Amino acid sequence: MTDTTFDLVVIGGGPGGYVAAIRAAQLGMTVACVEKDATVGGTCLNVGCIPSKALLQSSHHFEEAAHTFAAHGVKTGAVTLDLGTMMTRKTQVVADLTKGVAFLLKKNKVTRLVGVGAITAAGQVTVTEGRKKHVLKAGSIVIATGSDVAPLQGVDIDEKRIVSSTGALSLKSVPKTMVVVGAGIIGLELGSVWRRLGARVTVVEFLDRILPGMDGEACRQMQRILAKQGIEFRLSTKVTGARASKTGVTLSVEPVEGGKSETLKAEVVLVSVGRRPRTQGLGLAGIGVETDAHGFVKVDSGFRTNVPGVFAIGDVIGGAMLAHKAEEEGVAVAEILAGQAGHVNYEAIPGVVYTWPEVASLGRTEEQLKDTGVQYRVGKFPFTANSRARCNADTDGFVKILADAGTDRVLGVHIVGAQAGDVIQEAVIAMEFGGSAEDIARSSHGHPGMSEAIKEAAMAVGGRAIHI
Amino acid sequence: MATEIKVPTLGESVVEATVTKWFKAVGDAVAVDEPLVELETDKVTVEVNAQAAGTLSEIVAAEGADVEVGALLGTIADGAAAAAPKPAAKEKPAPAPPAAPAPDPAPEPAPQPQPAATPALSPAVRKIVREHGLDAAQIPGTGKDGRLTKGDVLAFVKSRAAPPAAPEPPAAPGPPAAPAAPPAAAAPAPGAQFPPRPAGPREERVRMTRLRRRVAERLKEAQNTAAILTTFNEVDMTVVMEMRARYRDAFEKKHGVRVGFMSFFVKACVVALREFPAVNGEIDGDDIVYKNHYDIGVAVGSAQGLVVPVVRDADALSFADIEKSIADFGRRARDGKLALDDLQGGTFTITNGGVFGSLLSTPILNPPQSGILGMHKIQKRPMVTADDSIAARPMMYLALSYDHRIVDGREAVSFLVRVKECIEDPQRIMLDA
Repeated sequence: MTDTTFDLVVIGGGPGGYVAAIRAAQLGMTVACVEKDATVGGTCLNVGCIPSKALLQSSHHFEEAAHTFAAHGVKTGAVTLDLGTMMTRKTQVVADLTKGVAFLLKKNKVTRLVGVGAITAAGQVTVTEGRKKHVLKAGSIVIATGSDVAPLQGVDIDEKRIVSSTGALSLKSVPKTMVVVGAGIIGLELGSVWRRLGARVTVVEFLDRILPGMDGEACRQMQRILAKQGIEFRLSTKVTGARASKTGVTLSVEPVEGGKSETLKAEVVLVSVGRRPRTQGLGLAGIGVETDAHGFVKVDSGFRTNVPGVFAIGDVIGGAMLAHKAEEEGVAVAEILAGQAGHVNYEAIPGVVYTWPEVASLGRTEEQLKDTGVQYRVGKFPFTANSRARCNADTDGFVKILADAGTDRVLGVHIVGAQAGDVIQEAVIAMEFGGSAEDIARSSHGHPGMSEAIKEAAMAVGGRAIHI
Repeated sequence: MATEIKVPTLGESVVEATVTKWFKAVGDAVAVDEPLVELETDKVTVEVNAQAAGTLSEIVAAEGADVEVGALLGTIADGAAAAAPKPAAKEKPAPAPPAAPAPDPAPEPAPQPQPAATPALSPAVRKIVREHGLDAAQIPGTGKDGRLTKGDVLAFVKSRAAPPAAPEPPAAPGPPAAPAAPPAAAAPAPGAQFPPRPAGPREERVRMTRLRRRVAERLKEAQNTAAILTTFNEVDMTVVMEMRARYRDAFEKKHGVRVGFMSFFVKACVVALREFPAVNGEIDGDDIVYKNHYDIGVAVGSAQGLVVPVVRDADALSFADIEKSIADFGRRARDGKLALDDLQGGTFTITNGGVFGSLLSTPILNPPQSGILGMHKIQKRPMVTADDSIAARPMMYLALSYDHRIVDGREAVSFLVRVKECIEDPQRIMLDA
């Protein structure tokens, strides 16, 4: 056993953990980062955001080459898929980025430990790697252990026929048929990947809509677009059981309000019904850290748990389970530990779905504004009226801006369209400054650009769009 | 043709109100006499009804805005088609869900007047400032680091357009504080030029309600005008309690209301007020106005705090009538249904801190009255009786705060002694002796 003392021990090396560690080191603390996996980067880098975006980009190229190039006068022979190369590239991207993060930790003199971290006493973290144990003394402890795939009762994941997102990122061949259970972000993204590569994809969803929580109008539009791309939707449907064999899976489904049960057969079933906090092996019960009914670690607005000196951030505390949210919290908690006023503005955190076109969402949805009785005005602009979208033949989608009826302050922005996730960033800045729709409308936007649709939508709030 | 929704007359001496709630949203259909908006004055809450049928086309005064009598609240357009609403300026931005980006209730301070340059104005702000010839430095900003948002400038423009509120005349009665007067904060003028400091991490900043602001003003007014002193005495409640116990059932059976302590105190005060008319009087300029009527305000608790409805001509009322009147006031106060008339015109006030456990206190006057009786908790104390033995007696301390400008010390003390005598031997009320 080796004893070492640190100002801060971070348990978890994902986006929340490594960012907290680096920020704390920047602020002068001695920091250790404990990660149970051989590579840092957490779910995001290893089995989440990064590999999925790599595959989304590759499969998008495949689809464009096979279906869209001809219209541009680019002739190809038959476009064929080398899945092995696609996967290798994805693996390489992941490897490069995880090495990059490891380098950043080293550069900032963060001590990295491999193993399962557990809080074994006040101010003490024990790291177990196989049979080796390191006991660390910590001035403060930040729990950033993230989340796991949530199971679905009756559908046992074997990562071969019935897969989670992890398995879906590494299928050995393109399934002829695939059923995706759960029409959330992960299900729609990975469903899109395999559809583009040739699978017939059916999405089964318990609710009567896709992408729960996002703006209703944007979701309906996206569903239409995905359906046109060939994805079949079975909404208001629940999965009651699954049987996997060597050749495929038989799913039993039935309508949510009750009714006739039926079976769906597919080669592969992707279970993407959500994620749950990961706290096993942390020793929370022993040290008395409280979790809520769903298992999320309870924290106050300063990320403090009920145990002094123990903090928690990221997926493990709930809220939007997004890497960039965890990163904001990582920075905030490090700043709080350094005696600064660390703070996260949860109102201005964008959410993005990396289908094609993308969906990007910021602030309040129309439903939320209506529910809370806020008087608001809407400005909409379709990409069919945007010159750049025309040039690129990417005319699906629209920009919608919601602004306060009295002060014109931007309350929400929802975009369906190519590059929505990038183009929404200006709205984040505007919201951070309490900006109004008119402020966006009166800011110059380069032409021809997709972001001009944002300017026009902002003008539409005031009833004065020019290009529609 | 559009119908304007204006702030109606609100009662004598009430010139301002706060918009608390709009029942309709822009674009909603309205029928004649349908309640549109709720206004809160420092006394009561009133609803403004639609004078015409149509569609609410515009809300000019949003929730939270302070408005004067006659000011424009909004507009009703004829017919079902909703006119496109003009952006309505607001004193405060629309309420947003919890943890929403809506600014704090109080504006953050303008950028520190240090070597740092003033932050740049956003495009929308620049346009409005230029068009109205404003000095941006004069406008309180609620944006990041005190920057001006479009909403800030719109609100500033609107507040400049509305004339400043007329000062409240001292004649209107307001709720007195039963215990010592709380510290009063001056109500900010519209378009305050002195933004308060931002809330620190261990603080919470909540805007004062209109009622509280008004109470605060009136308390300071009372203190700054009258020479308020307090004299004390104690009263043995034994006889009154025995009377109540003995006649409780008969009284309740006949009158449908319990016999409380208040009727005794009201009657005792009337006797004393007759004998010491200065306590029932008021100073008006250089004159003393002696009143020949006895309208006793009785402080009761309501959701918004202490209110003082007035029992009119208490000298002519029976004990039962007084109890009924007070019970009715209490009910209506809790339901928020007291009318302005109920609260105006009292000549003397009785307040009771005893219900909360107060043993002794110094009530503040209820201007323009010159006296207020404070009742307190009845508590058994060892007293020396007529034959020099010690007995436990239910005792209540009494306090009389008075305006020493017209009530001199001897009168005040004697007044209180008279009240004490009448309570300790209620037959003296009956016989007026």
